[in-house]
Amino acid sequence: MTRAPLLEIEDLRVSFATPTGPVEVVKGLSLTLGREERLGIVGESGSGKSMTGRSILRLIRAPGRQTAKTLRFDGLDLMAQGNRQMRAIRGARISMIMQDPKFSLHPVMTIGQQIAEALRVHEKLPRRDLNARVIEMLTSVRINDPERVAKMYPHEVSGGMGQRVMIAMMLIPRPQLLIADEPTSALDVSVQAQVLDLIQELVTGNGMGLILISHDLNLVSRYCDRIVVMNGGEVVETCAARDLHEATHPYTRGLLAAQPRMQETRATLPVLDRTEGAGT
Amino acid sequence: MLTRDWLLDDSPATLMQANLGRAWRMTTALLRNPLAVAGLLIVLLLLATALFAPWIAPESPVGQNLSARLLPPSAAHWMGTDELGRDIFSRVVYGARITLLIVALVAVISAPLGLIIGAVAGYFGGWIDRILMGLTDVFLSLPKLILALAFVAALGPGIENAIIAIAITAWPAYARIARAETLTFRNSEYIQAVRLVGGSHGRIIFRHVLPLCTSSMIVRVTLDMAGIILTAAGLGFLGLGAQPPLPEWGAMISRGRTFILDQWWVATMPGFAIILVSLGFCFLGDGLRDVLDPKQGGEK
Amino acid sequence: MSTPAISLQDLDISYGDTKVVRGATFDVARGESFALVGESGSGKSTVLKAIAGLAPEWTGEISVLGKPRGHGTDRAFSEVCQMVFQDPYASLHPRKTVDTVLSEPLAIHGIGNRGARVVEMLGAVGLDRRFRFRFPHQLSGGQRQRVAIARALMLEPQVMLLDEPTSALDVSVQAEILNLLKRLRREQGLTYLMVTHNLPVVSFMCDRMAVMNKGRIVEIAPKTALYDGSFADPYTRDLYAASGGNPDADPAVAAALKTKDTA
Repeated sequence: MTRAPLLEIEDLRVSFATPTGPVEVVKGLSLTLGREERLGIVGESGSGKSMTGRSILRLIRAPGRQTAKTLRFDGLDLMAQGNRQMRAIRGARISMIMQDPKFSLHPVMTIGQQIAEALRVHEKLPRRDLNARVIEMLTSVRINDPERVAKMYPHEVSGGMGQRVMIAMMLIPRPQLLIADEPTSALDVSVQAQVLDLIQELVTGNGMGLILISHDLNLVSRYCDRIVVMNGGEVVETCAARDLHEATHPYTRGLLAAQPRMQETRATLPVLDRTEGAGT
Repeated sequence: MLTRDWLLDDSPATLMQANLGRAWRMTTALLRNPLAVAGLLIVLLLLATALFAPWIAPESPVGQNLSARLLPPSAAHWMGTDELGRDIFSRVVYGARITLLIVALVAVISAPLGLIIGAVAGYFGGWIDRILMGLTDVFLSLPKLILALAFVAALGPGIENAIIAIAITAWPAYARIARAETLTFRNSEYIQAVRLVGGSHGRIIFRHVLPLCTSSMIVRVTLDMAGIILTAAGLGFLGLGAQPPLPEWGAMISRGRTFILDQWWVATMPGFAIILVSLGFCFLGDGLRDVLDPKQGGEK
Repeated sequence: MSTPAISLQDLDISYGDTKVVRGATFDVARGESFALVGESGSGKSTVLKAIAGLAPEWTGEISVLGKPRGHGTDRAFSEVCQMVFQDPYASLHPRKTVDTVLSEPLAIHGIGNRGARVVEMLGAVGLDRRFRFRFPHQLSGGQRQRVAIARALMLEPQVMLLDEPTSALDVSVQAEILNLLKRLRREQGLTYLMVTHNLPVVSFMCDRMAVMNKGRIVEIAPKTALYDGSFADPYTRDLYAASGGNPDADPAVAAALKTKDTA
């Protein structure tokens, strides 16, 4: 560990202006992500986990505002970058996979065109090489018959395949960091595992960093090295994924206990105490 | 302020308090928009003018004084006089009553008509939808003024017929909006839930579908007010609307056309009134849209 | 106890020309909590809609409490069977207060003393009285779902159809709603038919389950099958494995084991 970490965040704050004054949704978050590390951010809705993911790419739109003491990616101060420089970073060096492929894919462009577009923005390549890269990428996300799929439109593919296409699109410029925001919550359980296994494999195979944002503790613990638990815009606990079930913070413990189990014997599920903190 | 806290209470104690609270929130939101406030003031001014016309107007709107013909604006006649020596300011003031009457009657006739036709078509779908929307399209495909002209020509000139004609030409647009709006939520879970507790189609349409369409309808009607005033003025200008000596703004412009080069004020003053009122309704409609837009209503 | 609460015989359901459910047959006993499990597109929600009368194109037989069902919604049926929908954000009318939503079923059925009944029902679903005159946008997802459950219970039905009632909610809120549903069933002797894709929820809530795949019921199993994964059908076994089922350990340990495997 002689090299600097891939991503350093110190005192990140995101706030939204409302008629009744600014509301802070991320309250002074700090974390570091090592190279080739897989970090999970877990929290319930309103915990600020998605805003954290977006703010790394500086994607917070007005009336939202983000500030940070440090937001450094691979030695580069992201807060100091202009809009044009940020655009060059997004996609090429940091990629993001969103929740639902239906809303992230352009409906009237073929899948092949969209993946090629993602690559063309960042690299100048002759047309033939471009096509070859697209097919190669589709193959690597385990799409059978990539030539045919490349000519299809987003509405012609299933949710699971759509999400694999998204992954292909995000990974084709070979970024150093992948942020996946609930990449599988719109998918069926059996497809979920396939998609996450695929992300896993591509991330470790290419030496990328991964930030996996999810509400599902078990899922994150399965696919990450380290877990950050967020609640009400703050980090309540950070622990190694394998030690999740020895987590000490009452909120984390509460979340774990509130989940029904496959071998359920409890008559009632324990419920989080909502008297303090942001009630949902 | 005590009443303000009561209105903004997060946990109202009665239905009335809840509804008043919502109305209060919308009003304050509306008042934050300067253009909407300007529009509201203009519309209130129109209302007050119409209501208090006999006290505001210095002279009778129909009293002729042939010795004072075509006088330019002065302290005695703020907007000058017309070709029969009538005070234009008084006529414009009384004209506000006619304008308001037209606008109000058209809104009262055409908006509910369009709303119900559109909601029924959208809710039931199928052949009912096809028939009702076919009818609507027939009306929509004809230019408004031409259709109104045809109706007035058939019914005979006069202000009542002008109102009926405009109302008949105005509803199809509302039916289209109401139908489009209904389609977005006719299969929604809250409508299905009412069906499941045994609610009849009539109940669903009147209690559940219509309230959701009304806000966009209010916005649309307000924005259309300007168009209605202009159509009425157009009919008046063509001699098919209000008949002389009624001080209708469009008819006044029409009379003033003859003198437009030498006595500009005869046609211009009622023209200003039309522009001002149309603008007022447009501003208000825009402001209302921001407040009533259903997409904002769902926000947390 | 002889007549089942819900009985389906050879039920085929179609949307237009496509058949989405084929030959569904099962009985739900009175007082039982029965789950319909499957992935998206398996037709599980469609079965629920057909029973409720919201998917009218079906053939076969549906009977509820011994009475055959017609092909639509009707008032007599609404007094014995009600439904709770998946998305609490879509199942409440945005312009109506909680009070209006809850009194409406009473008004439709001409039941008096509405105010007192509404207050009583709010208490039963664990909502404070001060929520009575709030609009849906002033409520959280969990509170909305409580209102939706209260609405379904206003007519005191005996059979409840639950369409993924917690899948749109956070884990901790899900626990609250599941506890509530379980308590209501115990207190009021309700029969539940619950659609879900979440096997651990079945383990907590239900006695038996029917597993659906591509419009067919592939297996009907008791909840104890979830304890050891003793399913007969290969599809069910895959689903069980994908849901993190592990015959020897609870999922917490299973997850920890799996992390070690991949690391």
